[in-house]
Amino acid sequence: METVKNHFFSDMGVMLGRSMRQIFRSMDTIITVCITPIAMMLLFVYVFGGAIQTGTDNYVNYLLPGILLIAIASGISYTAYRLFMDKQRGIIERFHSMPIARSAVLWGHVLTSVVSNVISLVVIILVALAMGFRSSAGVLPWLAVAGILLLFTLALTWVAAIAGLSGKTVEGASAFSYPLIFLPFISSAFVPTDSMPKVVRAFADNQPVTSIVESIRALLSDQPVGNEIWIALAWCVGIMLVAYFFAMRAYKRKAA
Amino acid sequence: MKDIAIQVKGLHKSYKQLPVLKGVDFEVEKGSIFALLGSNGAGKTTIVKILTTLLKHDDGVATVGGFDVASKPDHVRQSISLTGQFAAVDEILTGRENLILIAKLRHLKNPRQVADDMLKRFGLTDAADRKASTYSGGMRRRLDIALSLVGNPQIIFLDEPTTGLDPEARIEVWKTVKELADGGTTIFLTTQYLDEAEQLADRIAILHEGRIIANGTLSELKKLFPQAKVEYVEKQPSLEEIFLAIVGKKEAM
Repeated sequence: METVKNHFFSDMGVMLGRSMRQIFRSMDTIITVCITPIAMMLLFVYVFGGAIQTGTDNYVNYLLPGILLIAIASGISYTAYRLFMDKQRGIIERFHSMPIARSAVLWGHVLTSVVSNVISLVVIILVALAMGFRSSAGVLPWLAVAGILLLFTLALTWVAAIAGLSGKTVEGASAFSYPLIFLPFISSAFVPTDSMPKVVRAFADNQPVTSIVESIRALLSDQPVGNEIWIALAWCVGIMLVAYFFAMRAYKRKAA
Repeated sequence: MKDIAIQVKGLHKSYKQLPVLKGVDFEVEKGSIFALLGSNGAGKTTIVKILTTLLKHDDGVATVGGFDVASKPDHVRQSISLTGQFAAVDEILTGRENLILIAKLRHLKNPRQVADDMLKRFGLTDAADRKASTYSGGMRRRLDIALSLVGNPQIIFLDEPTTGLDPEARIEVWKTVKELADGGTTIFLTTQYLDEAEQLADRIAILHEGRIIANGTLSELKKLFPQAKVEYVEKQPSLEEIFLAIVGKKEAM
């Protein structure tokens, strides 16, 4: 046996099964990643919505992209949490001292993050449909929306991996996501940026969430997306590459 | 020629500027129990991490199961198993699921059957379908060791396996370790408890300030000290003996 057989994909599948089981067994994960965004959507549509002037007659349509981003941002904080716990409890070391593809451990967490976020996004979109969300978009724009959300999820997942791998405490490992969850509020996700004071507006107009939200909103309402989508993609890919680099460095340092 | 399971020569390791291992040498015979004794921070865990391919050493040679840990880590991992200082079990999964998980990762034929056998062997059948988070410290450690034994690795590393356990659980672990060694498994054990090394080990090495300062069987180590004087002392039971007698465990000694 000169070469050791590589079972990267089957190992990663086993890892995925394990973390998905963890997710479905922990009530607080489900509440945070699914129910909280839905509650926020209900609150904004049925409580604040009447007083918000967006220039569209359907506020659910306006709101949904931002809610989806908030759901992703809170979803990935659990990726950081799960990675941290695995590191803390010595589970990563156990896996790394076994004859399995080492990278399968980390990629298993990344894949779990993507799969669990897809599930929560689908649930949120179904609820939005029940609340009156309608889209005139065809298959292609929907695929583009799915692509942007997937990229955004991957980008933030790698950010979460840095936090989970290098955090010293469990609070530290998951606290990084609060600013990410807050970011949509200072963007055009809930209200148009026109009404904001100059400085706030300058920030809101130039941060990633606004371009991502605007692109998704335009795609879903069958409007031309213009330059916005390229800015959105650039943000997602840029964040993903930088975060991937630092996450891999943190991972290699742990597994050295 | 005796069979060597682990061989370490001139092992050096520093964390940044701080030297932890300054030339460590030892050999572990196949099928024996080797105890590495040392105080906290002596570098025991560092040695375990190097031998289990988790950490790279700076200088020296280490071979495990006939393979160099630096150049053939994949082959080393085929023959070893690590039980770290903290029970590395997935607390959200049940005992059975934990075992199936490891069996699948080791690509064994029948993960369910392997799990059932292990549960029976470690007296965890009744608790098999409870989450590991509900287990006592001793049960968790048992599950942890069971996880390490899935796939019958030839060399087992136990890093302070009884730290934080109550006396009963400790004796349980000792029993398991002895049974393993009787079955031909090589066991590398670190501990800071002298009695643990005395109870279990065929050979004991003492790690102090980055070097092995003594290495031998218990009787060899005893010879390093002046001849014992015979004194008559009234035998008082130790607190551990009293505790074990009261809680009704007779297998203490």
